[in-house]
Amino acid sequence: MWAAWSAVAVVLLLLPLYLDEFWLRLGFASAGAVIGAIGLNLLVGTTGQLSLAHAFFLAVGASTYIYVSGESGGFGLSDLSGLGLPPVIGMVLGVLAAGLAGLLFSPIAARLRGIYLGVASLALVFIGVHILNSWTSVTGGFNGRATPEFAILGFTFGNSDPDLTVLGVDFGEAERLWYLGLVLAAVGYVYAQNLLRSRPGRALQTLRDSEAAASVMGVNVQAYKARAFLVSSMYAGLAGVLYALSVGSIAPESFGLLVSIQYLAMIVLGGLGSVGGAALGGVFVTALPLLFQRYADVIPLVNSTPGEGGFVPGEASRYLYGLAIILVILFEPAGLAGLARRLRGLFRGDQRRARPSRPTPDPAGHHEMPSTSDRPAQGSTTT
Amino acid sequence: MTQFLILLLNGLSLGAIYALIALGFVIIFKASEVVSFTHGSLLLLGAYSIARLSESIGFAAAVVVGVLVTALAALVVERLIINRLRGAPVISLAIVTIGVDIILLTELIRRIGPDILNVPHPWGGQSVSVGGIGISENRAIAMVVATVLIIAFFLVFKYSSWGVAMRASAEDGETAALMGIRQGRVSAVAWVVAGVLAAVAALFLVGAPTPGVSAASYTVALRAFPAAILGGLDSTGGALVGGLLIGLAESFAAGYQENLLFLGRGFGDVVPFVVMIAVLMFRPSGLFGTRELTRV
Repeated sequence: MWAAWSAVAVVLLLLPLYLDEFWLRLGFASAGAVIGAIGLNLLVGTTGQLSLAHAFFLAVGASTYIYVSGESGGFGLSDLSGLGLPPVIGMVLGVLAAGLAGLLFSPIAARLRGIYLGVASLALVFIGVHILNSWTSVTGGFNGRATPEFAILGFTFGNSDPDLTVLGVDFGEAERLWYLGLVLAAVGYVYAQNLLRSRPGRALQTLRDSEAAASVMGVNVQAYKARAFLVSSMYAGLAGVLYALSVGSIAPESFGLLVSIQYLAMIVLGGLGSVGGAALGGVFVTALPLLFQRYADVIPLVNSTPGEGGFVPGEASRYLYGLAIILVILFEPAGLAGLARRLRGLFRGDQRRARPSRPTPDPAGHHEMPSTSDRPAQGSTTT
Repeated sequence: MTQFLILLLNGLSLGAIYALIALGFVIIFKASEVVSFTHGSLLLLGAYSIARLSESIGFAAAVVVGVLVTALAALVVERLIINRLRGAPVISLAIVTIGVDIILLTELIRRIGPDILNVPHPWGGQSVSVGGIGISENRAIAMVVATVLIIAFFLVFKYSSWGVAMRASAEDGETAALMGIRQGRVSAVAWVVAGVLAAVAALFLVGAPTPGVSAASYTVALRAFPAAILGGLDSTGGALVGGLLIGLAESFAAGYQENLLFLGRGFGDVVPFVVMIAVLMFRPSGLFGTRELTRV
């Protein structure tokens, strides 16, 4: 298993030497989405709390980063204020601010049962967009605001300063950001994976399956829900910072309801409760519209110029993942992760029966879970 | 004082429209345990069909067909998807309706584009005076129609055999099924009724003082969600109260906007959500919703 992971890591590390800017930027955007999706998955998939507020927490992370690391000054008609601190501090504060926002919302969230939370969390998205529009000095208001370049200890993630060439390939902004995204996504992945295997992770899964059972077993329901919210929104905050870096600016409409729904689509497609699945879903939903855009002239029915018949790339991808959500819920509730597990099961079926005492390790981390948890959010209130 | 009364009346009429939408939302939840995020786009479908069809077949026929189209769409969603997922977790059901919503909404917005489609209501935007207070004709008619529909709904809900069947299944699905109540049919009828209510609400929601059907109509429809939630998801009476509360709150926040500028321009648009959060803080199951109790 280690061999496979190392091979993947080596390939990912070498890719910037070969790929052009489009693919590297797509990779960085995906890394942000992967982090956000893993975070939402902890909340919805693992803990069973339906949240449509993810876009709000992304917005908190992104605006905090821009405010903390941006410079004050007039821009067009509006006066922008910023603290001008180093971008690393901006990123850390962005994550913390999103976590704080999650913590502030969690007392309300913890009192609401599942589905009430789903609709109540809608409120945060609308309130968030309203704040982004109104608080002009921090967020740039309706026009949005540019993202300051990221840098660590004087090393900027831009096209110069210092100029960098590796093996004859110019390492510009796209190459540098690729590595930033890769490292952060890997850290996020490993952290979530370990969290799920730890005592708190088990507690969260029990909480999803039955709150009553969880509290009888000594799980403090309110506290654990609050922690799930905290961790999930911190992930969202980091995803927001990466989003701002990848697009180069933020605007209120970048954090609307559609974004929340996209994140939900990622984790449903990937398979609720599976970290690897969330990562796959994140890449899929992010890459789809960009690929449609790039290959519009090759893919039938997709047309990048509106009004010429066919579907605009954004629309085409929305149809696709909308349909995919329905199909996944109807036929394969464990999503892509479930499909992968099933395929593996086909190949390894005989081995497993031969050695039942040592189950094969599973990267999705499901091998120790009781079979009922394979289906997401199952049986919370039956009998 | 006059302004207060104008805002009050406008709020009540807007609230009556919201109540229609919320009522559909609530009966779908009662009958099939589904929190239908499809409701916003169903409403937009109704508005779109009425606007487009009235060009060719005239307003009255367009309204009838538009209502039927919306009801049919709701029925199709229920039969093809929801009915197959009987007994699935509530979260999965909610997510699947989000999937349907994405598709339906994308298609409608693609068709509407950047335009604002005009619905040629035979009643115009001129205001009528109710006891000396002006209100747009559209809203006045909306209030009357909504009142009639809501009364009719409550009578049907209380006395018709479908109403009894539906209340029985909401109370205890398993027992109701054992008594010979066909759950599938109850749920299908609930979706159809919700579709009809949504289309009728759409008809008035896109009339004066709103300019017409546009992509933004969807956002307006979403404000009925808080109405259903704050009344209590499983309470039909709650939907009514919730709708009126949200309508009033929105109308007052928009009317007294000048005094609320410190909260940002356009605060009226988010007020329904603020009210919902405030209510849920104190009553997590809404004003009239059944509290979930767990026996261990």
